[in-house]
Amino acid sequence: MNIMTEQSLENAVGEKMSAKSNEVIKMRGDKVGVFYGEKQALFDVNLDVRLNQVTALIGPSGCGKSTFLRCLNRMNDTIDSARVTGKITLDEEDIYDKNIDVVELRARVGMVFQKPNPFPKSIYENVAYGPRIHGLAKRKADMDQIVESSLKKAAIWNEVKDRLQEPGTGLSGGQQQRLCIARAIAVSPEVILMDEPCSALDPIATARVEELIDELRQNYTIVIVTHSMQQAARVSQRTAMFHLGYLVEEGATDKMFTNPDDQRTQDYITGRFG
Amino acid sequence: MTDISMDTMVRVAAHPRRDIGLKARYAAERRFRIYGALAISIGLAFLAIMLITIVSKGYTAFWQTTVTLPINFDEKVIDPSNKRATDPSVLIKANYPKLAENALVAKLGINPDDKPMIRKLKGFLSEGARVQLRDIVAADPSVIGTTRDVNILAAANLDSAFKGQIDLSVEEARRKVSDQQIAWMNKLKADGAMAEHFNTGLFTYGASSRPETSGMGVAIIGSFYMMIIVLLLALPIGVAASIYLEEFAKKNRFTDLIEVNINNLAAVPSIVFGLLGLAVFINFLGMPRSAAFVGGLVLTLMTLPTIIIATRAALAAVPPSIRSAALGLGASKMQMVFQHILPLAAPGILTGTIIGLARALGETAPLLLIGMVAFVADYPKTPFDPATALPVQIYMWANEAERAFVERMSGAIIILLVFLMAMNITAIVLRRRFERRW
Repeated sequence: MNIMTEQSLENAVGEKMSAKSNEVIKMRGDKVGVFYGEKQALFDVNLDVRLNQVTALIGPSGCGKSTFLRCLNRMNDTIDSARVTGKITLDEEDIYDKNIDVVELRARVGMVFQKPNPFPKSIYENVAYGPRIHGLAKRKADMDQIVESSLKKAAIWNEVKDRLQEPGTGLSGGQQQRLCIARAIAVSPEVILMDEPCSALDPIATARVEELIDELRQNYTIVIVTHSMQQAARVSQRTAMFHLGYLVEEGATDKMFTNPDDQRTQDYITGRFG
Repeated sequence: MTDISMDTMVRVAAHPRRDIGLKARYAAERRFRIYGALAISIGLAFLAIMLITIVSKGYTAFWQTTVTLPINFDEKVIDPSNKRATDPSVLIKANYPKLAENALVAKLGINPDDKPMIRKLKGFLSEGARVQLRDIVAADPSVIGTTRDVNILAAANLDSAFKGQIDLSVEEARRKVSDQQIAWMNKLKADGAMAEHFNTGLFTYGASSRPETSGMGVAIIGSFYMMIIVLLLALPIGVAASIYLEEFAKKNRFTDLIEVNINNLAAVPSIVFGLLGLAVFINFLGMPRSAAFVGGLVLTLMTLPTIIIATRAALAAVPPSIRSAALGLGASKMQMVFQHILPLAAPGILTGTIIGLARALGETAPLLLIGMVAFVADYPKTPFDPATALPVQIYMWANEAERAFVERMSGAIIILLVFLMAMNITAIVLRRRFERRW
């Protein structure tokens, strides 16, 4: 798929396959609300994340889409003042339940951040860190295998295979972000959360990461926050539109971009505000 | 063509330059630079004056005048009644200065019966000759009855005269060295028997009332013990406290209060820590007075705030993206801190620790209060024995009147400054080498 930025929105949407009907719900948000101290940032969000699909969260800055994303692997727990209400399930299990261990949850729901953030260690160590702390590889050979397959899945193996011992911070921005994706894949998560993964990348690096997201969809469920309408249209099957902490509208991406139900969605995707 | 260029000219002319005070702005900047340069030059000038004063006064302390004499270990002087086989204490109490005096009398060609002349020799050789010769005999009693060349320390006044520090134009009665002694000194110098040697005693001797036999040996050992104790206690406690406060403790009023208190503790006068040490460690817990161990504990208390502040700053400087990355992979908080944050903060922590140690090394006031300002002649074998510290030794020598003590004080200051500079340079090198950029 050609994914240059000047490509028109309608073409991109037109090429999308329409969503199939027999879909499995992987994660479900039920009346999710988030408070930062006294201030409520998210109101009663009901949103389903479907298995092996890419769900894009769009909306203007400060609308709560990143906040919702960070609820899905409980990264909001790291903020002292943050409080989450409602219910979020992963395979029908409440992830905020007392019996759920947050460390285990984050191994199942991985995350890729806005700014590429490799550890200041070697490329190999970056990928091997997750499997090591979770005890996924008993022997060195197993670890080598995990590192290689993760880097291959993240489409960066050919660029780094000869310099695995060099620091990950020495790579270019786009390579760093793919390294971070490889790092997330290495612990075999079920869901990968991506918080504006391309906002710090140039168009060519963005194109490579978008191709990668499309490939990863075969094996993983992906939730991506993006500010780029084109990106949402290109990579996602479902799109959710947030505004001022509310979920405005959610649906199949091609419908959202051609015939949205809500006037605010219409205005946002055509660039009238945001 | 003409039209276009005309048009351009018209447009240029249509924008007259406004007066936006550029001249005044640049003048202000120039003035500010001049003030800055002036301030720095004045500072550097004072630093230069201080260093030049100390070095010019102190470098001679690293040299010590000795007189090489053929000492006859005469049995009649050491053990006249030949009892040393039954009573070894004879060898300790023997009249060793007499041996040195005899050798000097012979060397100078004075008639051994000329008592008034011999009396004038008093104060030529150091009283330390007694210990010097005693140690030789104690180490090897078979030396008795033989003659061997020994470098005997010259007395402090002769040492000063030899180094040219005594003004000989002053009337004889008003100076410490007589004309006769000067004449002997010049004679020995011409013979090559009297010369300056590197002053190892400055580093090895303990406290003494005679300048030529006093050194910083006890102070160096005491300071070394204290630095080890501070390092072993303050580094782990400080780093652990910082990690807890920075990474684990909830941010609330109580932790805010603790933070304010730690910052204030760093500014508490060090003598207050000395009072605390006196009250708690010595009076309440009954630990020994003057001991390096107590000094180390007091300096630990004093250094902790410095280390905690530096460590917290180093921890906070690790970018949040690294924390998110580790947590996002499912690392526990403990794993995040110890596998990612701490290694990245290590250079900052080390720098803070070394600077804290350097401060502790130069600290005097709290040690005075816990009794480390003592006259300690013997090496402290353990940190619980009485000891002094480098800056305290400087303080004690500064209280002495003799010229030779002033010289030693300046020498000790040079040594302390060298230690401090070495520590600070280490800190800078560590920071440069391990600094990471994101």
